[in-house]
Amino acid sequence: MIRFLFKGLIRDRNRSLLPFLVTAIGVMLTVVFHAWITGVINNSIEFSARFSSGHVKIMTQAYADNAAQTPNDLAIIGTDTLLEAVSAAYPEMDFASRIYFAGLIDVPDSTGETRAQGPAIGIAIDLLSGNNEEKERMNIPSSLRRGRLPATGKEALLSDEFAGKLGISPGETFTLVGTSMLGELTMYNFILSGTVDFGTTALDRGTLIADLSDVREALNMADAAGEVLGFFKSGVYAEEEAIEISERFNARYFSEDDEFSPVMKTLSMQNNMGFLVEYSGKLQNILIAVFILAMSLILWNAGLLGGLRRYGEFGMRLAIGEEKSHVYKTMLLESLIIGFFASVTGLAFGMLIAFYLQEKGVDLGMMMKNASIMMPRVFRAQITPWTWVAGFIPGFLSTQIGTMLAGAGIYKRQTAQLFKELES
Amino acid sequence: MKKLITILLLTCSLMTVSAQYPDGKQLLERIDRNMSSENRIFTSSMIIYGRRTTHTVKMKTWTAGEKKSFTEYLFPAREQGTKMLKLEEQLWIYSPSTDRIIQIAGHMLRQSVMGSDLSYEDLMEDNRLEGQYDAKVTGTEVIDGNQCWVVELKAVVPEIAYQGMKLWVDQERNIPLREEMYAKGGTLLKRTELSDVQRIGNRWYPRKILFRDMLRDGKGTEFLIEDIEFNVQIPEHIFSKASLKK
Repeated sequence: MIRFLFKGLIRDRNRSLLPFLVTAIGVMLTVVFHAWITGVINNSIEFSARFSSGHVKIMTQAYADNAAQTPNDLAIIGTDTLLEAVSAAYPEMDFASRIYFAGLIDVPDSTGETRAQGPAIGIAIDLLSGNNEEKERMNIPSSLRRGRLPATGKEALLSDEFAGKLGISPGETFTLVGTSMLGELTMYNFILSGTVDFGTTALDRGTLIADLSDVREALNMADAAGEVLGFFKSGVYAEEEAIEISERFNARYFSEDDEFSPVMKTLSMQNNMGFLVEYSGKLQNILIAVFILAMSLILWNAGLLGGLRRYGEFGMRLAIGEEKSHVYKTMLLESLIIGFFASVTGLAFGMLIAFYLQEKGVDLGMMMKNASIMMPRVFRAQITPWTWVAGFIPGFLSTQIGTMLAGAGIYKRQTAQLFKELES
Repeated sequence: MKKLITILLLTCSLMTVSAQYPDGKQLLERIDRNMSSENRIFTSSMIIYGRRTTHTVKMKTWTAGEKKSFTEYLFPAREQGTKMLKLEEQLWIYSPSTDRIIQIAGHMLRQSVMGSDLSYEDLMEDNRLEGQYDAKVTGTEVIDGNQCWVVELKAVVPEIAYQGMKLWVDQERNIPLREEMYAKGGTLLKRTELSDVQRIGNRWYPRKILFRDMLRDGKGTEFLIEDIEFNVQIPEHIFSKASLKK
């Protein structure tokens, strides 16, 4: 039976070509779209976690209230003790202290006078303790463009674009003019060990990366840090676990009466990331629903057109005694065959494109030239197990639903009228 | 007729009250005679009350007129030897730990000095009020038992830190005991309380000023004059970049 129908579909292309093309193209677009949107959202979440929010973040309550301004005068004091405590209490996470700060980079000429100046956003991380986690987390080794990573104290990295603007090369000295934890004006000399390019407009415009101990000395922040970031050892953000950990932490450490008591916030509680996290979870369902609805409508129409074209054929089959249900079943079986092959074809082409977008990515830097938010410049698609499902199953189902809707007319045909219809 | 008499009486009484107020310009001249000088050298301490900690900075300042100023930090040890030179609208800072002289952009002059409630302009400028502001005495109030004129000032020059001021001026000593500084749009930027007024030579001068930057949290900054000399000879080389590294 299937062989018979298959032959019919191959020999009469008018019967199969349009639904096949519509379904294949639809599946291909859905697969690419699903992989792309998943990639963009996950790229943004992951990027934000690694560079800014962590999977969880500990700050003082006062700092958290003005976190966008990175007010280091409200930083956590006694971070070494806190790090020990949280590392023991939450073994499923890695914790790291960071200081985010703003300052002015001043490059001297041969006489020590100012040759070039520019505002910088500074990030202090553990670069020199021998633990490479933070370096890797921020992709620093792979982002290195010139020079080398800091190997000793008083060495720092600048973003490549920023260093170019300042006209400074690795090996040269520059001065950080900043504000200490007490609000004092501070000046601190660094040697530029290398330059980095993160592929992120907001970071590449003017970033200084230095070791935590140097920045603590520069900003008079002994045993203090603006933020302590926590990352799941699995490397993947898990909303429910993060909420559970933050609730446990806040129950133990947070006090409403003390604005300098530490408070833990999950990734989704920061920088409007909650929307992205929530949206990411619902994305597959939304995409599949939209796809099935749109494709069903298209295939319904395609089925109606095909039904009209095959009006005489169905009439003849009914007139010679074929059961209505049998005609309907053969139609469904035909659409099952078309749906299967079209979905496989669409999936194959879609996956090829999605794989290319996953490997190569798309540089949207031009669109984010003046963006102040921390987003990657190169976005990549992401193929997940759901990407296979998101394309194949709906493609398969929509052909069935489309045929079911279009084929319903068969039951309305009156056998008594068939010969009259055929004669005319 | 009754109405006419009432209006006349009211007008007369208002004119009488108005006549009792001193002329704004003359009052500013009297304030300047106390607060301003050709040049001055003073040692001061700033006790900065932050949200979390209190810290003290001690410094010595040389000022000549309204355009030249030189400050050296004496305390704490971390800041000792840091020097600042302000000429016109330019500011250079020398830090001994980096052995660098760095020029700070003009707009930075309105930033906080060492986390205090004072800006570089507040600390390093000795601007005369007369000629920079139009003044109008609007009433009287008592501050700490001292009868004061309430004076409203409006800037007549564009390039000035505060476009408007309100002063409570001691009627006897012609010295402000309270000041409010406003932005052009009327936002209150700073408030100061001047106290411990002492006779120094032929002038009255406050030895203690509590600054409150109204745009930030904190309990203010106490600015204490430890010693001050007016109109003394200051060698010109003090106000040079060479003196920063000495």
